Amino acid sequence: MTKYIRRAAALCALLLLALLVNATRVQVVDSKAYDSNPANRRKDIARYDRARGDILVGGRAVTGSRDTGEQLRHERTYTNGPLYAPVTGFASQVYGTTFLEHAEDALLAGTDPMLAPLPLWNDLARTRSPGGKVVTTVEPAAQRAAFAGLGGRKGAVAALDPATGKVLALVSSPSYDPERLAGTGSAVTGAWAALNADPDKPMLNRALSRTYPPGSTFKVVTAAAALDAGRITDLDAPTRSPDPYTLPGTSTSLANEVDGCSDASLRHAFQWSCNTVFAKLGVDTGQDALADTAKRFGFDGPGPKVPSPAARSTFDTATDDAQLALSAIGQYDTRATPLQMAMVAAAVAGGGSVKAPHLVDRTTSADDDIVATTHTRTLQQAMNPRTAAQLRELMTDVVEKGTGTNAAIDGVTVGGKTGTAQHGVGNAGTPYAWFIAWARKPADPEPSVAVAVVVEDAAADRSDISGGGTAAPIAKAVMEAVLGA
Amino acid sequence: MTGTAAESTPVPAVRVPRRRGTELALIVVAVLLSVYGYCEVGLARDGAVPPGAAGYGAGLGVLALLAHVAVRLRAPYADPLLLPIAVLLNGLGLVLIYRLDLETPGDRAAPAQLIWSTVGVALFIAVVLLLRDHRLLCRYAYLSVVTALVLMIVPIFFPAVNGARIWIRIGGFSFQPGEFAKILLAVFFAGYLAANRTALAYSGRTVWRLTRMQLPTGRVLGPIVAIWLLSVGVLVLERDLGTSLLFFGLFVILLYVATGRTGWIAVGLLLAAVGAFAVGSLEPHVHSRVQDWLHPFASIDAGRGPGQLAQSLFAFAAGGMLGTGLGLGHSVLIGFAAKSDFILATAGEELGLTGLSAIFLLYALLVERGYRAGLALRDPFGRLLAIGLASIVALQVFVIAGGVMGLIPLTGMAMPFLAQGGSSVVTNWIIVALLIRVSDSARAQPPPVPGDPEDGRR
Repeated sequence: MTKYIRRAAALCALLLLALLVNATRVQVVDSKAYDSNPANRRKDIARYDRARGDILVGGRAVTGSRDTGEQLRHERTYTNGPLYAPVTGFASQVYGTTFLEHAEDALLAGTDPMLAPLPLWNDLARTRSPGGKVVTTVEPAAQRAAFAGLGGRKGAVAALDPATGKVLALVSSPSYDPERLAGTGSAVTGAWAALNADPDKPMLNRALSRTYPPGSTFKVVTAAAALDAGRITDLDAPTRSPDPYTLPGTSTSLANEVDGCSDASLRHAFQWSCNTVFAKLGVDTGQDALADTAKRFGFDGPGPKVPSPAARSTFDTATDDAQLALSAIGQYDTRATPLQMAMVAAAVAGGGSVKAPHLVDRTTSADDDIVATTHTRTLQQAMNPRTAAQLRELMTDVVEKGTGTNAAIDGVTVGGKTGTAQHGVGNAGTPYAWFIAWARKPADPEPSVAVAVVVEDAAADRSDISGGGTAAPIAKAVMEAVLGA
Repeated sequence: MTGTAAESTPVPAVRVPRRRGTELALIVVAVLLSVYGYCEVGLARDGAVPPGAAGYGAGLGVLALLAHVAVRLRAPYADPLLLPIAVLLNGLGLVLIYRLDLETPGDRAAPAQLIWSTVGVALFIAVVLLLRDHRLLCRYAYLSVVTALVLMIVPIFFPAVNGARIWIRIGGFSFQPGEFAKILLAVFFAGYLAANRTALAYSGRTVWRLTRMQLPTGRVLGPIVAIWLLSVGVLVLERDLGTSLLFFGLFVILLYVATGRTGWIAVGLLLAAVGAFAVGSLEPHVHSRVQDWLHPFASIDAGRGPGQLAQSLFAFAAGGMLGTGLGLGHSVLIGFAAKSDFILATAGEELGLTGLSAIFLLYALLVERGYRAGLALRDPFGRLLAIGLASIVALQVFVIAGGVMGLIPLTGMAMPFLAQGGSSVVTNWIIVALLIRVSDSARAQPPPVPGDPEDGRR
């Protein structure tokens, strides 16, 4: 019997061995596959186990965290959610993250290895650092001015510091409260469905994610290309432009909303936004030169990351002359985000230099130790400094005595450009009123703010003046807020 | 061994060390480990030692000490490892259940489990004190099997719980009679096989002349067919795959040990395979278990979220090498049966492969001590009883641990000592008590005298 008992014992040993081998398989060999299975909630639980780090605007947190005690424990809260939604985005248990919440997720959630007290510490100790903080470049006063200026109308505002590329305001309207999407449950899914079904698209970040035809504000780019290419040497010389202008190779006639554009000088044409002059100037400057300048302003490249990714602005390069003429006045397939047009204004204000726009000044640990600082970075020289100086002169004229007088600020040098873009079949869509501008305090050598404003329903006034009438006051308010700060 | 003592004295010729001090020291270690685990849960969850720690430690300690005193009085030569292992596993089980209770505030299982553990230890003490010689049980072999059958048949008349008809519910009180039936069947098998092993081993006809394989004759084939039918009956009527597997495995092992006939094993395995295949493909409850085992993530792919087995695998995987630490895992995601059938997943997640291997080795040690007692004993009934009881533990651990870790199809069974379940913990204490009794006999018996017939004691 002893022999058989030993054999039975060997069977038991075999069973033990099978269990140990299988345990090693599940817990060590295949564990990564199990851990990363999307149905495994452990990652989510760990993620929401700690309070998320905050996003700061003007030294104050505009986000918070609420401990619900549920499985996905901490839910995001927002102070002034609609105002800062285009900056923060949302952080939802169900729908993930967007914008800064997404771009800085690792830091906010505490998984960024830079937050660990020692390298690999969190891996070894199986802990997670407290979420870090994201300090934004946004000026609260400018943000509020832009939001109030839009007043619920569809539109967007982007404001930059031309010298550094800091984003001073980033507003989209109508907006929404991202807190509605934080957490789980039917309230969140209901809010998501309602926001997505809303015809006004409140979750669309019009400042970053939406491109518009830039209309006459694109004339800044066309003028820069013409001046850089030497097509125009004297701002006050007549340009030998007919009014109306027949688009090359077609019988389509392009007219102006204002008088006095026939054979006007560049100064006059810029001041009064003569389509005929700029359409012809675009064709005369040539597609390559125009496309090259547009590219250096940031068109046709990958959309900038601020670090939230902005949509790509386009200047269509595969065009015939008639299309080129329309592209040169910001129509046809030319499209730009409000951020891109703010970069155009900032480039003029900054002597032609295009700075990388950025929304994050620095990131810190929960204890305010610096993790990373965003430095000023020059992307391109969009034009000669001399050209920039000439454009500043032209833009100043627009505000002082042209289409943009609504943006004038007492005692401050303001340069701007209006625009009204038509769109839709037969231009039947609601026009977009544009205004891009910069402002310089008298004591300062350089402008300290550049702004782009777009308003979607420009009161049905299709004259080019509407940019000055609807958008310019908002730009003015934003610039005043920045200069006053 | 040297035979120096006088042959007339009833005490062993050579004084076998009793090792009760070793047992006491190990019990202290087991209790301290359990209390440490209890504190660890509180520290991890709330940053403070849980208020019940002292009471828990004292309760477990007192129970263990009482059991130890009983062993010291009535089974002084018992194996010193058995009781400490039982105390440690039971203590650890209480810690794991307490830990899972924190996730389900409306459903606390630890207090009830502590009461059941107390009952279990009380029965342990009763068995150790009252059962002076394991051979007494041999007389009740047939009574045992009748009782076991009744216990297994009764739940058929009670409503099914979660698909299995293995519960008896009277008022708020419920228990699984199948658990107790295990011991009774082990007693019966040991008694029946000890009495009939010669007939079983040396009768039958050779089927293949070239091999030594012999098929048993029809007359002695009767009992094995009866047991097979019993297993299948349990499976079909109670939908309890695990118990069925356990009974059958137990019988095959004991039959082999008693007779050494591989023919029996072949017949047994063949019948088991046929039965398992038939039931696996015909019985929907069992069939779905097999499908879950083959495709644990099928429900995820179907968009219904992870099933229990998938959640269990996630839990084990999350533990990795060292585990998350007690109180820091999320095995509660398994949901239903996290404290009973799936308790091992909590151990795997929070203690890691290291802790899980340690637990497996504790069970292995328990089984090994049982086998060792079986080897040392000289009476066939005692040998078979020891092997049977140890094999119950081994098979049960394998069936449930293999089930929750995806090695074999999942069958509802309780992890001995760890899992929530009163019947189970009480049964396991009785098993350990019987192992204590046989190991005491094994170590206390005089050395074999040459020429003496099989049973030399008294």
